[in-house]
Amino acid sequence: MKVLVAVKRVVDYNVKVRAKADGSDVDLNNVKMAINPFCEIAVEEAVRLKEAGTATEVIAVSVGDKSCQEQIRTALALGADRGIQVETEGGVEPLVVAKLLKGVVEKEQPQLIILGKQSIDGDNNQTGQMLGALAGMPQGTFASEVVIDGDKVNVTREVDGGLQTVALSLPAVVTTDLRLNEPRYASLPNIMKAKKKPLDVFSPADLGVEVTSHLTQVSVEPPAERQAGIKVEDVDQLLDKLKNEAKVIG
Amino acid sequence: MSTLVIAEHDNATLKGATLNAVTAAQALGADIDILVAGANCDGAAQAAAAVAGIGKVLVADNAAYEHQLAENVSLLAAELGAGYDYILAAATANAKNTMPRVAALLDVAQISEITSVESGDTFKRPIYAGNVIATVKSTDAKKVITVRATGFDAAPAEGGSATVEAVAAVHDAGISSFVGEEVAVSDRPELTAASIVISGGRGMQNGDNFKLLEGIADKLNAAIGASRAAVDAGFVPNDMQVGQTGKIVAPDLYIAVGISGAIQHLAGMKDSKVIVAINKDEDAPIFQVADYGLVADLFDALPEIESKL
Repeated sequence: MKVLVAVKRVVDYNVKVRAKADGSDVDLNNVKMAINPFCEIAVEEAVRLKEAGTATEVIAVSVGDKSCQEQIRTALALGADRGIQVETEGGVEPLVVAKLLKGVVEKEQPQLIILGKQSIDGDNNQTGQMLGALAGMPQGTFASEVVIDGDKVNVTREVDGGLQTVALSLPAVVTTDLRLNEPRYASLPNIMKAKKKPLDVFSPADLGVEVTSHLTQVSVEPPAERQAGIKVEDVDQLLDKLKNEAKVIG
Repeated sequence: MSTLVIAEHDNATLKGATLNAVTAAQALGADIDILVAGANCDGAAQAAAAVAGIGKVLVADNAAYEHQLAENVSLLAAELGAGYDYILAAATANAKNTMPRVAALLDVAQISEITSVESGDTFKRPIYAGNVIATVKSTDAKKVITVRATGFDAAPAEGGSATVEAVAAVHDAGISSFVGEEVAVSDRPELTAASIVISGGRGMQNGDNFKLLEGIADKLNAAIGASRAAVDAGFVPNDMQVGQTGKIVAPDLYIAVGISGAIQHLAGMKDSKVIVAINKDEDAPIFQVADYGLVADLFDALPEIESKL
């Protein structure tokens, strides 16, 4: 079984991103970039399927300019077999990413496509579901467990009240939640080996997709600041304040 | 102009988040209908019809929709949505699962988790874990939107008298099926609906110690939450997680116990009306957002609070 895993280049999760003073965009000058944490979990899951003998080949795909090859190489260092970059200028919207991924899916015919549930920049949480709809595939989003069972995959999902398990016909789309697995670190020999693994580059036109834009970012701003309050001396003072000042308890 | 709100419900009852979505829909200024897709969902449909300001309630009652499988519900919502200018839902786990499929089927963008409506085509939404608020403008003729419930007040659940209309369309994609669920059963209010939330973090040290929160939660009729650190450490199940990747809450009172205040967590609770932090580390970042901070050992403070309530 062939597994396709999508990875996105995003600002490293340790970086505190700020809006530029003029509100035109977020300030991304000289910030550290990394593979989106949810995508890293997706790569790990795919590699574990290969190690378990379930997957025969793991292909890592990313959409973006040339710099996203760095994140594809990271996925290759973690154990993916080969990479595909779909070359676009700058960021594209989730709907377009989904269309491009569908083009790759048609080329490669994977049985399972694993994506992160959302990227930590746009926080959209859309691409996997959109790919599922466009490709006519079922989806197991926010996965905390993925079990291949013949021509089906059972996915346990993190939902509002707890956990839900669904059975999906293959081919299927899975999006990862935080507790699906703990990604490994790439070893130095594997990082070196990753440099020699094949990486193909396609254009949107190669995949028959027109890059369109449906949304424009008008401006960005910092969130409303909360003022720090006061430190209370003890429990009595705390309860007094909550009763008589904030009036939030009876 | 017209808006279709996709109801969040459990077949028997309408979930409160739907009412917040209705308020967001009202801000768009268009007529509002509600879609209730489920099985034996008359209870939810009647509740939807009672919501103030709704024109009609469309009820798709079929086994294919019983468990809100995204593959089936999205086909239905896309078909019905063809006749509307806006398709809207509260950003619950179900809506996050289904709505992007609806958008893709209609070949439009989705605008995720809006926190305000600026105009008919312009919205605000948090990005970068809430560190930045973006104003985005949609150029699609039809708009698919999910609504962050904490950004909008709940519409009145009573006072409406919408007509209820059965939808005949049955969409069973036949590619997915429900196997089972593990849903936490609790007498306490739901995290996202509670007016008081008390959450524990890594400082709780283990799952057993969450009992210290339970006594207080019972006295205050509060829901119990947790930080990601506490969930990752295995103290409590993940459905208790408050934060950017967990649940977003905005209660009247939020009590953070043994929580340092990582950005991830703050993104999930900083819109609460009053925030209390109890932490023995006086430099913990949580104190920067707390209205009332108590520097104390939680193992002393919690029993004292419980006994004095």
